[in-house]
Amino acid sequence: MAAKTLTIDGTQISAENHITVLQAATEAGVKIPTLCHLEGVYDVGACRLCLVEVKGTAKLLPACTTRVYEGMEVATDSERLRKYRRMTLELLFAERNHVCAVCVSNGHCELQTLAYSLGMDHVRYDYCSPKWGVDATHRLFGMDHNRCILCTRCVRACWHIEGAGTKNVAGRGGKSMIITDLNEPWGNSETCTACGKCVSACPTGALSAKGSTVSEMQHDRSKLEFIVNAREKKQWSV
Amino acid sequence: MERLKIATVWFGGCAGCHMSFLDLDEFLIDLAGLVDLVYSPIIDCKEYPENVDLCLIEGAICNEDNLELLHKIRARTKVLVSFGDCAVTGNVPAMRNQLGPDNVANVLQCAYIEHAQENPRRPSTAGIVPALLPRVMPVHEVVAVEYFLPGCPPAAANIKAFLTQVLAGTTPQLSGRQIKFG
Repeated sequence: MAAKTLTIDGTQISAENHITVLQAATEAGVKIPTLCHLEGVYDVGACRLCLVEVKGTAKLLPACTTRVYEGMEVATDSERLRKYRRMTLELLFAERNHVCAVCVSNGHCELQTLAYSLGMDHVRYDYCSPKWGVDATHRLFGMDHNRCILCTRCVRACWHIEGAGTKNVAGRGGKSMIITDLNEPWGNSETCTACGKCVSACPTGALSAKGSTVSEMQHDRSKLEFIVNAREKKQWSV
Repeated sequence: MERLKIATVWFGGCAGCHMSFLDLDEFLIDLAGLVDLVYSPIIDCKEYPENVDLCLIEGAICNEDNLELLHKIRARTKVLVSFGDCAVTGNVPAMRNQLGPDNVANVLQCAYIEHAQENPRRPSTAGIVPALLPRVMPVHEVVAVEYFLPGCPPAAANIKAFLTQVLAGTTPQLSGRQIKFG
């Protein structure tokens, strides 16, 4: 397999052909903020947090879906990138009702952590305050659309790790929503195996185990990591 | 040097941010030696004074009284600080915004009619209870705000870090978990 030579933040690295900038950066120990990326499922470039600058292109490109090439020059941190990442986060907070103080995932939320890590101390845009519901029909899990950022991690985990194909996306733009089957109440789903992989994959408090109250929901990734590791590396580590 | 004139105000919030301020414990004694607290729910002062150096604002802007006092505070204060999640984001008080443009009628119906055990009626006497605004707003949506101190409530350690920087005359800068929502 041919290797590509590129520079990330001025450091020359060599990366396998066809891997993404995000993979190359991770291997080189460079941390790029991500939100929709989930190890073990394909990337969709939905959240735009991992945008990087690539020399020769005026556009910012998502590191998770951009492939490395020979001679590529990537910058993962700059004033411009910090500005756009913060803007993206603020728009995510403004779009739905992320009331951290009363969230099951308060203190264990990737959106919340990214916000303070990237210096977001307030949102400059008007809050949309849309009216979204909660689907609490499943016997084990709940879906709070108010806290969903449409990263589609749950959909990809459901289709490509569990293979059930229960979770889907319906609608367009800001009115898009995660649905169960053909927009049935989750509790009525005949395809859901109640495996909980969608809940494990969720970065926010949108998907939670029933019975969790404020700050109690911690998304345990170990089950997902176990399966992905077994599939990709044939290692059945316990 | 002249002592800094500091104020705190309580709009639409639970007073938890003021409780956290009181959690400053012995630092309050140091603070009392360095600043004058000229207006606050914890002191007896009816009228917001002129020439205030810094005001910590707890709570979201929910009603006409909040709005009027906020404009007065902006006009009479050098530095405004959105103090806690309700002031910074609207937080729980702003959840009524999800009920849409008629949310005022809806929340009053819910609070005074549907959940009333006796004598259900809406308070309507003029000049007693301030009218609710159509939308609950974070402070910076109404007036310019210099600094933001999020948290529900902001931890006393973060309030102390912020005030220490102000007292040292430096531009206050908080980062990482010091600016965590929730």
